[in-house]
Amino acid sequence: MIDVKNLTKRFGDLVVLDGVSEHIDKGECVVVIGPSGSGKSTFLRCLNMLETPTSGEILFDGVSMTDPKTDINLMRQKMGMVFQHFNLFPNMTIMNNITLAPVRTGKLSKADAEKKAMELLGRVGLQDKAASYPAQLSGGQKQRVAIVRALCMNPEVLLFDEPTSALDPEMVGEVLDVMKRLAQQGMTMVVVTHEMGFAREVAHRVVFLDEGKLLEQGTPLQIFGSPQNERLRSFLAKVL
Amino acid sequence: MEQFEAWSALLKAGEPVSLWQRTYVYFYQAFIYKDRWQQYLNGVKTTLYVTAIALLIGIILGLIVAIVRTAHDQQRPGRKNVFLGILNGIFQVYVTIIRGTPMMVQLMIMGFVIFSSSKDFAMVGALTLGINSGAYTSEIIRGGLMSVDAGQMEAGRSLGLNYTDTMRFIIVPQAIKAILPSLGNEFIVLLKDTSLISVIGGKELIYAARGVISRTYEAMFPFLGAAFIYLVLVLLFTWLLGIFERRLRASDRR
Repeated sequence: MIDVKNLTKRFGDLVVLDGVSEHIDKGECVVVIGPSGSGKSTFLRCLNMLETPTSGEILFDGVSMTDPKTDINLMRQKMGMVFQHFNLFPNMTIMNNITLAPVRTGKLSKADAEKKAMELLGRVGLQDKAASYPAQLSGGQKQRVAIVRALCMNPEVLLFDEPTSALDPEMVGEVLDVMKRLAQQGMTMVVVTHEMGFAREVAHRVVFLDEGKLLEQGTPLQIFGSPQNERLRSFLAKVL
Repeated sequence: MEQFEAWSALLKAGEPVSLWQRTYVYFYQAFIYKDRWQQYLNGVKTTLYVTAIALLIGIILGLIVAIVRTAHDQQRPGRKNVFLGILNGIFQVYVTIIRGTPMMVQLMIMGFVIFSSSKDFAMVGALTLGINSGAYTSEIIRGGLMSVDAGQMEAGRSLGLNYTDTMRFIIVPQAIKAILPSLGNEFIVLLKDTSLISVIGGKELIYAARGVISRTYEAMFPFLGAAFIYLVLVLLFTWLLGIFERRLRASDRR
């Protein structure tokens, strides 16, 4: 579904991603781990072109994301993204946060979008918050709304950029639960996270990045059970 | 009226008069005699009319300039739009020239050179003030647009919204709330700057005050009166702006 070929990203002289190649299948839940500054977030942000790669190619359903002629807005409608800091729109109600994109892009009529939003909000237990503003919600509630907002576009893949890193510890669980259910329903997901428990339990595949290079990848069992790479071993020793 | 004429005659004859009598005469001839208050009233009407038109021009111009310049700066590397580049260059020159020359000089160039044949001095004045205000407003708006968290633009774009929609529904509404205090400041400056258009013959408040002075040869009350009227207008404006700001704060409720 997503093909990353020799992806390189430089900020000036700083090499953030150094020739990363990766393939993500439909229905797969891939967790990206690595020390901070390893390029995990940049890798994820390159997938939907929030960062423009310096070189390399990204294919999504066979269409090149990196080609300047590709209609990037159309492609992004198929890829939802959930951010570390939620990035809900504070000037709108929760309902408008969710329905803005599907209505404006012509995916759904206003009535259909609102119906779908209510149904999705119900699934994360936030139906009563539809008329609230983001400032009235807790961190965990905001992040669940952010997931619903991405889901309402009916994306083929969801990208999670450290979705629980900005949350109070007692709220991490409610967000991870929603993500776990999504994975079980067969949603294609790429997750950058420090939650090793989630990686071990939910991921189909774990990818280890360090200093911009993809050093090791495999099933959670392989990665956590018998890590081969020296740096992965010392990383795991620190976080586990 | 009789009191005024009696004391006024005393004053003209050079007789000794008390401070109260002198003040009374000067005040009376500045505002009441021959219904002169109507002149001030007409002046205020022109002042407000010029302010409104200049404000409108300033905001529209400022918004266009700010959005073009911001859009130009936010283009993805490798996808530069030539048209946007040219517009950006023109607007940059516009802001530089307007901010770099005195308002009085701009008014004189517009009134006596470019529109020297026009008789609608107030309109020429409003146009000049609007163009001037646009330059400052554009920088205020640009600052506001840049102050909105970059994550908002990313969130909008990641959902597949295009740049224009993201700006329109997400960035601009948040920016407006952030810039309202400085924008209000700019409006107040604009309101007071309308007094300058009297130099090209615009019949606003200061023009009216000077008209009275040229009859009475007494400057104190006409100018004090004009100052008082400006103060009242600004206070009124500040009050209205406060109401507007409170209404925009609806989404900050907790």
